[in-house]
Amino acid sequence: MSGTPYDRVKLARDNKRPTGQDYIKNIFKNIIELHGDRRYSDDKAIIGVIARLDGTPVTVIAIEKGHTYKERVERNFGAPHPEGYRKALRLMKQAEKFGRPIICFVDTSGACCGIGAEERGQGQAIAENLMEMSTLCVPVISILIGEGGSGGALALAVADRVWMLQNAVYSVISPEGCASILWKDSAKADVAAESLKLTAEDAKSLGVIDRILSESDIGSKEYYDRIRTLLTDEITELSKDPDLLQARYDRFRKIGMRSN
Amino acid sequence: MALLNFLKPKNKLEEGGRTEAPVQNDAGEPEKNCPNCHKDIPLSRLWANQLVCPCGYHFRMKARQRISMITDKNSFCELFANIRSDNPLNFPGYKDKLEMSKTASGEEEAVVCGTALIGRQKCCIFAMESYFMMGSMGSAVGEKITSLFEYAMNHRLPVVGFTVSGGARMQEGLLSLMQMAKTSAAVKRHSDVGLLYIAVLTDPTTGGVTASFAMEADIILAEPGATVGFAGKRVIEQTTKQSLPKVFQSSEFVLEHGFIDKIVQRKDQRKTLAELIKMHHGE
Repeated sequence: MSGTPYDRVKLARDNKRPTGQDYIKNIFKNIIELHGDRRYSDDKAIIGVIARLDGTPVTVIAIEKGHTYKERVERNFGAPHPEGYRKALRLMKQAEKFGRPIICFVDTSGACCGIGAEERGQGQAIAENLMEMSTLCVPVISILIGEGGSGGALALAVADRVWMLQNAVYSVISPEGCASILWKDSAKADVAAESLKLTAEDAKSLGVIDRILSESDIGSKEYYDRIRTLLTDEITELSKDPDLLQARYDRFRKIGMRSN
Repeated sequence: MALLNFLKPKNKLEEGGRTEAPVQNDAGEPEKNCPNCHKDIPLSRLWANQLVCPCGYHFRMKARQRISMITDKNSFCELFANIRSDNPLNFPGYKDKLEMSKTASGEEEAVVCGTALIGRQKCCIFAMESYFMMGSMGSAVGEKITSLFEYAMNHRLPVVGFTVSGGARMQEGLLSLMQMAKTSAAVKRHSDVGLLYIAVLTDPTTGGVTASFAMEADIILAEPGATVGFAGKRVIEQTTKQSLPKVFQSSEFVLEHGFIDKIVQRKDQRKTLAELIKMHHGE
């Protein structure tokens, strides 16, 4: 773990990093992808599957950026539209109905910013996810694997446990956006990155995330095996908690209180 | 998420926001130029008309002005006034900005909360303050809104909320972002016990506030001509390289696309709110 916070931002955006799909393929078995929000369309920036985690059926939601330019265009560079968040919520509700734990892999520079996204209620879609995820009666674990861009990331991260890769970032605004608003100079993004406290260590010390995952062997079989074991153990723990929803409420409730 | 309509310089933070400060006319009476009809309107006339221009343009209003306009006389009782922001991330320049906003708005934070009567119906009410860092949501705003919904739930009261916000307050970084989740969870709990929440979106309601408690109400009203959206207009223009129609992200636009229930003019808000509360919580 080295380099400036802005170096981390660049690492988090590197298109060679494993994406959501890589995690799904390497951690889970019997993967069946489910499509569409049943309201408008199927957003390719978000992948939803049911699969087995060490034998247990789970629902996995992943924001997918793609690796090649062609894939990235197809996935809208991992910037979901409202229908992506609505697909995610539909599948999470389905998971709740059938008692399946939910695992989200989050990697987005932010929710899509465009005319169609506004017309179809980007704000409302995110808001609804925040509200509904707070009371899903099954364990929810979210892992930030690259960029955690603001509300577009949070909309899949209202979870019982939020983990972050050591070089992932999580922020209320991109450092470039912050610099251009505050100092009218996007070249000051490095100062903004430093000030925003967006690294995994910062997020942990602010109580926003629970665990930092090492990237020393990122992409290797051992790496994915380790994450699988962590997920299995954590879900076993969470499934035993009779006060899961109260604990989830309290987890977010305490963030930013004056006593912090 | 882009924080749009971000804090304007202090000297522009005058009555009615987003328009120039009042100037004196020949008779020495202060007046304001309406950005819609471009006429100079005497301030006294605007005040007599709840800061609405005869052409229908709704000027911005301070939080406490709104509360006194909407609630029964002397019924407002403030709650959580002692919750204030500090500078948890030691963000450069934030302390000064907070001080500046306190002076400009006369408030300690970007939202005022409490209980009040509307048409003799008891409710919880919050009004966000555009003169305080454009109503941006940091830890204190999140904490106050959350506490208000919890209070309303414990006392079985409906909530009426006037939103105005540039979004999450970037000077508190992730702590601001988390307030979206925190407030949403509190709204959900209040909702799940069958209580009513009415939001009134005023100009501008954007970013992280749109993407949390502004869009989570049972009934969503808006003032005419208010900017209501998620991403900033400028950001969208830069990203899509398209120029956007004037009506884009207005109350009328979100009404047409099905995301709010009704546009209500300022003069009708009190009556509409009272009627709605009565239908849900009254005898």
